[in-house]
Amino acid sequence: MSTIDSADWVAELRSGAGHRDETVTRLHGLLLRAARAEARRRGPRVGIAGPELDDLAAEAASDALLAILAKLEQFRGESRFLTWAYKFVVLEVAHKTTRHAWRRSAPIWDEDEWRALPDRFGFGPSEVVERREALEELRRGVQEDLTPHQHRVFEAIVLKGVPLDVLVSELDSSRGAIYKTLFDARRKLRARLVAKGYMDDLGANGS
Amino acid sequence: MTGWASLQRFLATDRVDAGCAETFAVLERYAERVLAGDAELRFPGVAAHLRACAVCAEDLRGLLALMRGIV
Repeated sequence: MSTIDSADWVAELRSGAGHRDETVTRLHGLLLRAARAEARRRGPRVGIAGPELDDLAAEAASDALLAILAKLEQFRGESRFLTWAYKFVVLEVAHKTTRHAWRRSAPIWDEDEWRALPDRFGFGPSEVVERREALEELRRGVQEDLTPHQHRVFEAIVLKGVPLDVLVSELDSSRGAIYKTLFDARRKLRARLVAKGYMDDLGANGS
Repeated sequence: MTGWASLQRFLATDRVDAGCAETFAVLERYAERVLAGDAELRFPGVAAHLRACAVCAEDLRGLLALMRGIV
């Protein structure tokens, strides 16, 4: 538990005096502890443990510290300083554990990636037969309605199961940009299935 | 949930969905409002995004875990 309040954190990190180094060191210690906790929380799901996980946590804490110092002017005191600081730790741990796990064990894909779609959404064998026409319509929608970039993102995330943070890195993009691309693709595909009578219109908020 | 229902849920989009960037920008404020009990009311667009984006929702879980544990 830190006893420094938010205003003091910011003031001490902004100061040019030698005292700043002590504050940076103290903040790094807290970030490291947070990164280790977050890495332990995520580790089992991505199959990373032990020294490998500790190394990723240490890298995440260091990168989070750099991000926090670079963005210090953006902190407006609308939350506690450490809550704001810890979100950078969470982001860095998420990026590092996801990318590390994917590099180590990316799956080998079927040549016809489309065959993976029913499994990805948990279709049973009889449901695949029952929904065959709708799934074919969805496939035509992916081929005909999506832009090349939307197609690429949909294929990577939905059919291949590439994690968002991995695709962000591969395309040198951002979470927001990739999410928006997929958001627009989802909307187009749903509109097609609604127009063809395979899905119901969701009304005002949905599309 | 059937596969078809899961697919329908995935394809459904919410017009108020704030997206990843806006959600990250206010994630710390949202998390503090989660603990206060009125996050969805104050940030409806972020709440909509967190229902649709598993990656950002996991970040929120991580931040809340830190706040409840060691902050």
